[in-house]
This record gives sequence, structure tokens and C-alpha cells, in this order.
Amino acid sequence: MPYLGSEDMVRELRRALSNPNVQSDHLRYRNTILKVVRAMSQGVDVSGLFSEMVKACATVDVVQKKLVYVFLCSYASLNPELSLLVINTLRKDCQDPNPMVRSLALRNMTNLRLPSLVEYVEQPLTAGLRDRAACVRRVAVLGWAKLHKLQASSDIDAAVVNELYSLLRDPDPVVMVNCLRALEEILKEEGGVAINKPIAHHLLNRLKECDVWGQCEVLKILERYRPQSEDELFDILSLLDPSLLSPHPPVMAATLSLFLSLCSGLPAASLSALERVRGPLLAACGSASREMRFTALCHIQLLLRSLPGLMGAHYKRFFCGYAEPAYIKQRKMQLLVELVNDENVALVLDELKGYCTDVNTDTAQAAISAIGRIGRSYSDRCLEILTGLLGLKQEHITSAVVQTVRDLVWVCPQCSEAVCLALEGCEETVQDSQGRQALLWLLGVYGERVSSAPYVLEVFIDGLRSEVSPGVKMELLTATMRLFLCRPAETQDMLGRLLHYCIEEETDMCVRDQALFYYRLLHCGIEETRKVLQGRRSDPSLGVLIGRPAEPVNQWARSFNTLEPLKQSAAETESTSGGSPEPVTSVPRPNTDLSLSSLSPSPVDKVHTVPLSLSLSPALSPEEFERLWLQRQGLHEHVHCPAPPRCSPQSLQAALQLVNVQTLAFTPPQTLPWRVYLYTHTRNTHPVMEGAVDEPGVKVTLKQQPRDDTALKGFLSILATVLHTLSSERA
Amino acid sequence: MISQIFILSSKGDHLIYKDFRGEAGSDAVTVFYEKVTALPGDQPPVVMSHGDLHFVHVRQGGLYCVATTAADSSPFTVIEFLNRLMALIKDYCGSLSEKSVRMNFALIYELLDEVVDYGYIQTTSSDVLKNFIQTEAVSSKPFSLFDLSNVGLFGAETQQSKVAPSSAATRPILSSRGEQGGKSEIFVDVIERLCVVIGSNGVVMKADVEGEIRVKCYMPSCSEMRIGLNEEFSIGKSQLRGYGAAVRVDECSFHQAVRLDEFDSHRILRVCPSQGEQTVMQYQLSDDLPSAPPFRLFPTVERDVGGRLLLYLKLRCDLPPKRSVLLQDATTTHTPLCQELSSPDQSAELQPHSRAVVWQIPRFPGGTQLSALFKLEVPGLSSASMLEVGPVGLSFELPKVTATGLQIRFLRLSPVQPGASQRWVRYVTHSDSYTIRI
Repeated sequence: MPYLGSEDMVRELRRALSNPNVQSDHLRYRNTILKVVRAMSQGVDVSGLFSEMVKACATVDVVQKKLVYVFLCSYASLNPELSLLVINTLRKDCQDPNPMVRSLALRNMTNLRLPSLVEYVEQPLTAGLRDRAACVRRVAVLGWAKLHKLQASSDIDAAVVNELYSLLRDPDPVVMVNCLRALEEILKEEGGVAINKPIAHHLLNRLKECDVWGQCEVLKILERYRPQSEDELFDILSLLDPSLLSPHPPVMAATLSLFLSLCSGLPAASLSALERVRGPLLAACGSASREMRFTALCHIQLLLRSLPGLMGAHYKRFFCGYAEPAYIKQRKMQLLVELVNDENVALVLDELKGYCTDVNTDTAQAAISAIGRIGRSYSDRCLEILTGLLGLKQEHITSAVVQTVRDLVWVCPQCSEAVCLALEGCEETVQDSQGRQALLWLLGVYGERVSSAPYVLEVFIDGLRSEVSPGVKMELLTATMRLFLCRPAETQDMLGRLLHYCIEEETDMCVRDQALFYYRLLHCGIEETRKVLQGRRSDPSLGVLIGRPAEPVNQWARSFNTLEPLKQSAAETESTSGGSPEPVTSVPRPNTDLSLSSLSPSPVDKVHTVPLSLSLSPALSPEEFERLWLQRQGLHEHVHCPAPPRCSPQSLQAALQLVNVQTLAFTPPQTLPWRVYLYTHTRNTHPVMEGAVDEPGVKVTLKQQPRDDTALKGFLSILATVLHTLSSERA
Repeated sequence: MISQIFILSSKGDHLIYKDFRGEAGSDAVTVFYEKVTALPGDQPPVVMSHGDLHFVHVRQGGLYCVATTAADSSPFTVIEFLNRLMALIKDYCGSLSEKSVRMNFALIYELLDEVVDYGYIQTTSSDVLKNFIQTEAVSSKPFSLFDLSNVGLFGAETQQSKVAPSSAATRPILSSRGEQGGKSEIFVDVIERLCVVIGSNGVVMKADVEGEIRVKCYMPSCSEMRIGLNEEFSIGKSQLRGYGAAVRVDECSFHQAVRLDEFDSHRILRVCPSQGEQTVMQYQLSDDLPSAPPFRLFPTVERDVGGRLLLYLKLRCDLPPKRSVLLQDATTTHTPLCQELSSPDQSAELQPHSRAVVWQIPRFPGGTQLSALFKLEVPGLSSASMLEVGPVGLSFELPKVTATGLQIRFLRLSPVQPGASQRWVRYVTHSDSYTIRI
């Protein structure tokens, strides 16, 4: 057949459809209709053939009927008037002795989605509810839901709703489930279908008759039911128990979801339910369908938040397969990190080491950062692997290793010795900006121990004109300043050149501002500079937070068996491949910004406050804090922060510690309002100040002894600056 | 609740599009494909979202099968359903490919119409569906003389017809509608997937088996079937039966239609198979294979005087003799290659984009040993780059072998079918992931 443009094609088809010879030949007619539907599904606009197709609808051939209906349902909304012609045929079909024809007509009548046809549809639908054949009743029940959506304004007859409720006792399980679905939609405003005790027990008893899909639906609706007594609750639980072990992952997941919602007040029962599903979940992890594997992995991660030991013995199940897609491999590595313990650490690291040379660079980088995270607990073994990888001189591997090492050193300062040794020679291999930023940060902070540091920086400074990334330039400024403090003789000349270039020739405002700031800082004298730049090199307290305690199940139960856990993973992998977790992005910069408030007037300082220095000593124990907190009167203050910082508690804690504010406790993330308790002392007058920050809208409750308004203001402005910095960084 | 379902070819052609609820526009298809192509690599995440639209997709046979849905719907259900839908399409059209979907689009629309109504899954049982589906499948395979090769001279039993033709299991289940002469056949396949990691010192670090018994039934009406497994089959660690080497699995689950009255005493499964394919039993075994893993590799990696990387691989197949396998393996390394293989029917090539040498071995008899020598030019070869070589991944298919030792003792249909019915039992072990460290 020669190629025809869409207009020619439509004309050709119309001619064929209206040709009486074709119409009389049953097979040729059907084939022509097939061509029309094929054109439609390929995206050709064949709506012009609507009236011809309406005629084709009146036939005894069921296959032809079905084809025509596919066409009509797609184009009915464009031709509401012509569609009226179909309704007669459809209504006639609803009287057909063959139940299949009846259900077909009824389904398509409601699929036309035309509000003008509603009056013609109601009567056949009412009749359909009482049809002898189950397949017609199934269609009719859902038909009412469709009708409700078409004219949501007018209420559906209460008699229909009653009839639907009574059809819950229909002998056909699909009709029963469809009734639930339809009622759920029709009664949406009233909170969905009402589940009272008799209905709940009826549904539970008939669960076995339903197929997989029906069971999932029923289990989901039952989540709304609250048993009236403890005995009833346990009866339901033991009835559902076998479903937890169902070989069908959807049923298993829906059952667990129901278990968690029923047992929300019984943590022990929910935990034992999690133990029960371990087998089926692991089986799903080995499913032939890789999408199913991925889903199971994501949900296992949820479970581990409450039961970290759940999969401990089965860590080998999370070793990556040779041909698995990258998204599964990355997920498995995240799981392996959480499953590491003294016995398996050697095997897990050996396995992860194998992935570091993966052809897929994302997988390789994820493996390297996974080793880094294990390094927080087993630093020696991990550093050995990481430094070994540097020997490969591969660009992406070296870059990932440097970034990982930077993050590791921030948490475990005891590693710095080995890291300094390994850094030599990396600068030639690291090419991307993230990697170079990490390298510069390390050279700045540990410059006195890396003998070649000034020469490396000099190479960077010489190549400054061709440097495009402002991030690298800013990091270079900070690193050179820091190195200048410890090795002034070697660095003075290049620092001068760097500052000159950045102030005179640089076009990026941020870089220029930072250079200007450092320039002025140097004017304030070396002690002042030291105070600003040589703040903290590490934050061991972060290490403690990483071995996080088990969360209560209720934290995540709501997102179990939804798309949420699967999507989260995408965001997480992005952030790991993006490269820069806490230290560099959030810490050195708040460091410089915040210390401004303790400097005398500087151009960037907008918050004019009396210089206020805070200190952490004497340290308060949690018990002491609690005692003081309960003792004192609170003052409520609001800190204006455009968007409350959506950062991890760890980075908030790190940032606050830089300004000598100690966080003592905070509520788990994602709870609203999110709360954090902090304390600090002011140095000159020795008052104790405590604050509890409430989010959102950042409300601060302050308790101070003795009362000192200026100190209070100073504290609030510092707090505001920290929050500002963090939220602007997130944005 | 599913709002739309569409099937796209790998090039983004719209093959099937059905909107169940009229909530999202038909531009969703374009949005989805743009999202897929915008991502690097060809492995888009399973769930993607665009505003209120959430796409969940599975990829099979080079096709994207996508459902759009609300954020709170169960991913387990949607993915299981999409997989089931693809299996149904395969059952009805014979095979799953772009071509077969194009040719059978009318059938697939009909199928979708019966399977999902208003976004709610109605039924996916082929027993129920066969009453509703009227369109006949168009088989995408052209008539071929080879199909006749199984017919013996004057209808005599030939040697060939004792072996199930490999094409038999890829025909549409309903193609014999109307013509009574259609073969009534039943296939029972024991399929196992091996997942093995062998360390560089030859120690098996991990060995998992995922197995299933799959029944594919072409009988128009089949009554009860009894499948007898090994008598000494045991589940879990504690339970041991018989005296000989027990066939053991860790966990085992059955299709809900399987009746297990005789399972405890005689290890017999009773099923009434419905037409089409279904998985009757699934089982797993980890870390405790009854026999040694089928392949052993003895690798040597060296640097020769000319600065080339020498990779000498000796591969041994530890299966009993007279079993042959199809095999291909790959190692990660670098550029140009010169090779010496032990036999002319093997081939090897270097795939630059994945930096792998692929060595293909069409037949590998049990108890034998093959070797290959690869010389690779590696720019800037250092002693450290030796670390980058490997691991070796093997993909293979072992016919007539099960790694767990599970066997089917007998297969009985009761009552005995009138006319000729054929029963086939097939065993196959695939490599899910068979990795050997160097």
C-alpha cells in the first residue's frame, strides 16, 4: 500500500466504510474497521469517521462491536450529538440474551463519558445491578461510580447506595470488591465506604474467595476499621496471619500494611509482623522481574529503620548480580552498608571493592561512597581499600575517593594521618569540580602535613584563568588562606596573586566578595584571621548520630506500600552522585559567615548586633538541661526565616556547633512540628541560655538566667543567620 | 487504581494506549518518553513522576509497559499487574515483541478492556478471560517448512517427535480455537536461576538458587493433574527425609490453586491447570548447593614484555559428561585484542562501550575444559591496572539440569484425557548472575 498522508488515509477509509460492497462482505468490513482503529492507536486523527463508525456499530459480530466501541469511546467527547445515535444500539444490546453482549454494552455506555447521556444510562444500569449474570453486575456496579464522576453535583440516589451496600453480599467476589470500590468513590465526601463490624467481618470471611487483586483492595479498605475490643483485634490478626506469608508480594504488602495500622498501639505486635514477612520479602528480592526486586529492596530499607537487625543474617542476598541494572545495584549497596557488623565486614567490603571498578561510573561511585560510610565504623580496613583505589589513576574513581575521604575525615579525625599520605599525586587525576573541591578542602585543612600542598595550590592558582567553576575558586581561596596560616613563607606570594586576580579580574560576584572579605580579614590581623578560618576540622559527634537508634514503626508505616519509598531512592542516588554531603557545603561557609557577627563592622554584616561571643563550657548533661528547662520561664520569640531549613539534623547540628551552640536533642526528622533543644552560654556575663526551636515558622522558646536582653537579641540574630545560611544553601 | 496504560516500543512508538479514567491527558505518553530519553543510560528508574502523574513501568521484550497512577497506590500491585499483563499478552499472542504487539493490537485492546475497568483490576485469570476474548491471535511467525520436519513419514513416530519442539511453547494458547485437531499438550518446566559468586581463591562465597515449577497448558479443558516430586524433597533445615542425598530447599511457596493433601505424605502436588502459563510452585535455596557449582575458572593475568596485558582463562565444566551448555562470558578490560581460542566454533570480541571481552561458546560438553588467551593493548598499563581486570560473569543455560536436584517423578492427568495428549517435562537452569572474581 502506498504511503498516504493522514487526510488521504481518512478519505480512503471513509470511502471503504461507506462502500456497500464492503459493508455486505462481513470480513472486509471488519478489516476496514481494524484499519481505522490501528490508525487511531498510531496517533492519526480519524475523528472524521465518527458517523461511519456509528453505523458500523449495529452488527451481530461481537469482535466488530468491540472494535467500534474502542473507537467510539475515544472520540465521543468530540461528537456529543452523534453519540446520541449510538445510545439506541447500546440500549438494545443491554436486552440481549447473551450476557457478554449485555456487559459489553453497559460498560461502553458508561465509558463514553458524556454528561448529556446520563439520563439514558441510569435505567439500564439499575437493571444491570439485578442481572442474573455476574459479569453484568460487575460492570453495572462500577458504572455507578463512573456516572457519579460525570455529574458529581447531583447526588446519586440513596436507593442506589443502599443497593450497592446490599450487593456486598453478592455471591461473586469481584462484584463484592467492585461494590467497595464504587462506594468508596461515590461516598468520597463522607469519608468513603462505612466499615462497621458486620461488614468488616463479612469482608474478612470472604477474603479467601477473592483473587490477588481483590484481596489487596479489601485489605486496603479494612485499614480504616478499628476493632472494638482487644479480643476482636487478635482474632483478626490471627485470621490474617497466613496472608503475611503469601507468595504474592501484593497480598503480603497489603496485609502487612493492614497489620501495621491495626497494631499502631502495639509496637511489639508490629515488630513481630515485620519478622514474619522477612521470608516473602526476601523471595521478592530474588524475583525474576527486576522491577519487583527493586520494589522489595526499597521496602526492606523502610523495615530496617525500625528493625536494624532484621536482615543481618541474609546480607549475602544483597550482593549485586552481574547484569542487574544500576538502580538495583545502588539500592543494594545502601542496604549492605546498613547490614555491616563485625562478622561480615570483611566479606561485605570485599564485595563492595569488586563494584568500585564497575563500568558504570555511577555504580562505581556509589560503591566507593558506601565503603566510606562503612569507614565510619571500620576506618582502617576501608581506608586501605580507598587508598588502594587511588593507585588505579582512573579519573572518576579518584574523584569519588577524594570526596569520600573528605567526608570520612570530617567524622573520624583519627583517619587524617593515612589520608594525608594518600593525597600526594591525586591532583593530576582529579578533573571534575566536585572532586577538586574536595581535594582543596583537604589540602587547606591538613596542609601542614602534606608536604607538596603549596605546590599543588600553586598549580591551581596558575591555571585560574581557565577555571570555570566558581565553587572550585571559592574553595581555592579558603584553602590558600588556611595554608597561609600554617606555612606562611611558602604561600605568601601565591596568596597575593590569588587575591589580586580574584579582586581585580574575577567576574563572579561570590568569588570576588569572598576574596574581598579575606583581604579585609587579613587587615584585622593574623589572630583574628586564625580565629575565623581555623575553626573546626572535624565533628566526631556526627559519628554517633550515624548509628541511629531504631525508629518506631509509626514513623514510616504510612508510606509503606505506596510509591513513596521507590521515589525517595531516586533523590538519594542523585545526592550521592552529586557528590557533596555535609562537610564542605554546609560547614566551612557558615563558619565564615557566622563569625562575621563577632567581628567589628564589616560590609557584609547586615545584622547589627552588639558583639556577642558564645561558649559551650561548662557543658550541660541532658538531665541538667531538663531540670533547668523545667525550672525556668520561657520567652517566645519568632525568628524570621523565609523557608525553614530542610536540611538534615546532622548538618544543622554541625552548623550550630560552629557558633558554639550545642544541640542536645531533637525529634526525629519528618515529624511536625519538628523540634530541637539547644543551649549555650555567653562568655562575659555567664548567663545560661536555652532555646527550643519549633518548626515550621521557626518559633523559638528561650529560657535565660539571668535575663539579659542584649545577649538575647544577639543569640537570636546568630540563630537567624544560621537558619538563613542553611536554607539558602538548600535552595 | 490505574489511570492509563500504554505500551511503547523501545524507540518510543505508541503501540497501545488506553485511558481508563479520563483524568490525565494523552500527552502523558510523550511526557513519559521524554523523561526516559532525558536520562543517561538505558535504565530509567521504575517510578517517575511529573506533577500529579506517576509513571510505573516494567520493561520486557524491548517494550515499555507503563501505568500512570496515584501516589498512594501500591507499587507491588501495579508492578505485579503489569508483569501479569505482559504474561497474558505473551500467552495470547504467542510471543512478546514489538511485532507481535503491533499485529495483535485489537486483541490486546480487547484484553485490556476485560482485565481493567475504570482503572480497577477485574480479573487476570486466563480461565475467566477465555470466555470473553473473541479476537484471534495473528501469529507473527511465517509458515515455514521446518515446522513440518516433526511430522514423520506416513504419520510414523519419528525420533524427533519425542523431543518437544522448542517453538511449541511460544504459540498462542487459543490458536486452536475452532479446529478440533489442535494438539492438546501440557508442559511442566522446572526452571532454576543460579546466583553464584566465586572468590579469586576459588571459594564459593555465595550460591543462591531461585526455582519455580511452571505449567503451560494448551488443553482446552483440563481436569486435575498430579505432579509428583522427589520423595526425599525437604523444606527447611531441620526436616530430612529418606536416607539418600536429600533434595532440600530453604523456603517454598505454592500457587493458591494448588492442593497439598498428598504433599506431606507423598510429595504430590494437585492442580487444575488453567489455560496458559502459571507458576505452580516457587522455592529458594541459599548457600548450600548439593553439588559443586557447574563452572570453575582458572585465570592468569600477566603483563608481557611488550606492555600488553595477557589474560589466560581456563574454564572447566564440572557437570556429568554428555551435557552441553550454551555459554557466554565477559571480563572487564580495555582496548585492541588478539586472541587464541581452543576451538574454532567459539568466538570472542571486545565491546568498547562496556569495556568487556565477550567470549562465546556455543557448546560446552560436561567434564571438559576450554581455554582462551587474550592479549590486550592497554595504554598506560601499570601494575595497578591489573586490579581492574575482572570479574568474569558467565551467562549460560543448562538444559536437563537442576541445581537443587529437584525432579518430577511423574505427571498424571486424571481422568485420562480422551485422544492424544502430550505431556512434556523440561528442566533448565539459567544463570541469573554467575560471577567469578579474578
